Amino acid sequence: MRRLSLRAVLLGLAAPVGALVFAAAVCSVILVVTGHSPADVVDSMSASLDRPRTTVIAVNNATNYYLAAVAVAIGFRMNLFNIGVDGQYRLAAMLSAALAGASFMDGLPSVLRVALTMIAAVLVGAFWAGIAGFLKVTRGVSEVISTIMLNAIATALVAFLLNPNRLAVLEGNDIHTPTITSGGQVPGIPYSGSSTEVHGLILVAVAIGVLYWFVLARTRFGFDLKATGLSESAAVASGVSVKKMVLASMLLSGAVAGLVGMPELLGGAHSYSLNFPPGIGFIGIAVALLGRNHPIGMAFAALLWGYLDASSNGLDVAGIPKEIVAIMQGVIVLSVVVAYELVRRYRVRLEQREVGKALGTIKVPEVVGS
Amino acid sequence: MSSIAVELTGITKRFPGVVANADVNIAVRAGTVHAIVGENGAGKSTLMKILYGMQRPDEGTIKVDGAEVAFHSPADAIKAGIGMVHQHFMLADNLTVLENVVLGNEPRAGGRLDFRAARARIKEISDRYGLGVEPNRLVDDLGVGERQRVEILKVLYRGARILILDEPTAVLVPQEVDELFGNLRELKAEGLTILFISHKLDEVLSVADEITVIRRGTTVATVSPAEVTARRLAELMVGSALPVPELRESTVTDTTVLDVAGLTVTSADGRTVLDDVSFTINAGEVLGIAGVEGNGQAELVEALMGIRPLSAGTVKLRGKDINRMSTRDRRDAGVAYIPEDRHRQGVLLEATLWENRILGHQTKKPNVRGPLIDRRAAKADTQRIVDQYDVRTPSIDVFAAALSGGNQQKLIVGREMSGNPVLLIASHPTRGVDVGAQAAIWEHIRRARAEHLAVLLISADLDELIGMSDRLAVILRGRLVSYCDPKTVTPEDLGSAMTGAGEEVA
Repeated sequence: MRRLSLRAVLLGLAAPVGALVFAAAVCSVILVVTGHSPADVVDSMSASLDRPRTTVIAVNNATNYYLAAVAVAIGFRMNLFNIGVDGQYRLAAMLSAALAGASFMDGLPSVLRVALTMIAAVLVGAFWAGIAGFLKVTRGVSEVISTIMLNAIATALVAFLLNPNRLAVLEGNDIHTPTITSGGQVPGIPYSGSSTEVHGLILVAVAIGVLYWFVLARTRFGFDLKATGLSESAAVASGVSVKKMVLASMLLSGAVAGLVGMPELLGGAHSYSLNFPPGIGFIGIAVALLGRNHPIGMAFAALLWGYLDASSNGLDVAGIPKEIVAIMQGVIVLSVVVAYELVRRYRVRLEQREVGKALGTIKVPEVVGS
Repeated sequence: MSSIAVELTGITKRFPGVVANADVNIAVRAGTVHAIVGENGAGKSTLMKILYGMQRPDEGTIKVDGAEVAFHSPADAIKAGIGMVHQHFMLADNLTVLENVVLGNEPRAGGRLDFRAARARIKEISDRYGLGVEPNRLVDDLGVGERQRVEILKVLYRGARILILDEPTAVLVPQEVDELFGNLRELKAEGLTILFISHKLDEVLSVADEITVIRRGTTVATVSPAEVTARRLAELMVGSALPVPELRESTVTDTTVLDVAGLTVTSADGRTVLDDVSFTINAGEVLGIAGVEGNGQAELVEALMGIRPLSAGTVKLRGKDINRMSTRDRRDAGVAYIPEDRHRQGVLLEATLWENRILGHQTKKPNVRGPLIDRRAAKADTQRIVDQYDVRTPSIDVFAAALSGGNQQKLIVGREMSGNPVLLIASHPTRGVDVGAQAAIWEHIRRARAEHLAVLLISADLDELIGMSDRLAVILRGRLVSYCDPKTVTPEDLGSAMTGAGEEVA
């Protein structure tokens, strides 16, 4: 049924495109009501696209957001809400930064240093998410609650460790982990016309995306994950151990979350300080929703988000409050969730009708209830 | 003759692809207990949700006390004097009875909560209907029967004159059932109208003034308990199907495939739902389990599949103890499973047919190669099942939700018969499927038996049980109470054994 699958693609696009149009309309109304011209906003935002530096920042933002979105999506695929990506990546970035900046690392070959840093981040992220997974499996604690609380604990833990007596150094007024020397850094990719470079670890984000697709679509583990997400009772009857799946997907989600801070740490900041970008975990939730947990969909969503954030700075210059971008992002997320559900129901009904037509029969009414 | 309190005319409710209720007609006289009986899945609950405003009918009218109404939410139904006592209690354990009753309907006096007035009203209601509810007790301290009375009081407090009780006896022990029935008679004597939903026929016969039978989503008869027996009711509920289930010559061998001894299962709330169940099934034999639904059949199947933990007992498959095996290991050891509720346990509705072919067989060829899914082989094998088992579908790439129930079931049967199983657990294999699919599924079970599978058949369809079984066991309140010979037993005998009416059958 090629026909059906082509239409499935169109239906899949209908929801995000519709949500974007709706969000643009809502923002236009808000702008007009507050006495700004929507045309100015469009001008300013599209003008910023022409500046190479904005493009690079947008792509770098998108790299971080994409990794966070994949981390969230792994949980989403089986109805597990890892709200704790934020705490997981911050703790992972901080601890791996301390490791990467440690003086004994100086003597090691560059590849090994970078690899060790990233492995440390992955392990810390997995461990931190694993706590929530463990609590859910053994004590039935909702992962929503536990990951939110673990976020708060991570914040406190980072603040505690980021102290000259512990893992940080004081440099002027700035407290940060020891700066990673050049051998432990990942070089950027130059982009003509911009002094800022594209993070080299964008390749890791791409690799994670491919891996995510492969595991979900092609492996037994991915099948079990998807089955659990679609119907836990059917998955259990098919022999899936839901507890094992919960733990495994929390660990994987946390592992990817651990990587979220890496492009920035190894490609830009070179140390973990109080200025390290916060909140990427929450953006990841929005991006995963917009991209519908799809590896390519999330890439587009991450780029859109990254671009919206990068171009918002130009708005202030044009005299338009840049908060309009946050409003736009919020409206997109809310409307896309509604739109996806509508499209999903429509699609199921449409296919039932199609099949009925193709068989030349009206479906035998079946009884459900109770 | 009293007036009509509730009248449902021509109620039809469709869900995507299925019809839950079709042309339902019920008239409930005021001041009576009116029972609605039918098998699980016959559409009773959907109907009550419609009457309580939780679902809106696609067609048909609802009249309350003679006036036509259209409910948009339970709040509308409550306003019209309809209250619902749910099967699962909706009480906050750490609040008192008083607090639970007023929750969401708090009495105010000058901006403050007026507990005194509420307490007095609760006392008054409790005394009038003999409910014996103490407003100041903590719900946590109450037993199941008392909690149910609090639920009833809650709807009375909101002014209900018509009460819907959804399977109220499911959670009660026999003494509590007697007490509940006493309460119901008092409510009736005070002029209240009660809709009583159940599939336990002996209870219905003892408490109801009128009984409406629902089968496959539609009302098939309204009878008076005086002029009907449990057997007759069971027949009405199950109906008689056109194709005749029957076995050919015996294929029973003397190799024991499944050996269950002393199986005991306790539910989460501490009730014993399966009590010391023992049986064996040999290769080439079909053991039928007869029983009114809710007597432990579902728990038996889940215990055998490793979904539900045992409190005691052993399960051996071909002489090997499988007690500690996971569901997946049991499936790998050759247990095939046709679940009772295919939408809940049998298929992934929003996955393609070939993905559903993999479900439950994620470890087996041709679906997988090592840790990877072998899409091509899985699809090819799905096509084989579609062809061999006559699954009517235009493609194997459509969602399972797009197929009719019968075709979904044929896909499940085909899937479960793949991979050389040694034991087939078939739970209501022909429920909710059309007559053609029913005959086909019976043929597949016969073939499985001829190929020396051991088959455990659980069904509510007595003709199916009698026709398809080599041996029949009757389950009642979690115990296997008797065995019958399917060659000589009649549906009437079986029906009375199932309801516990006559313990000595055949």
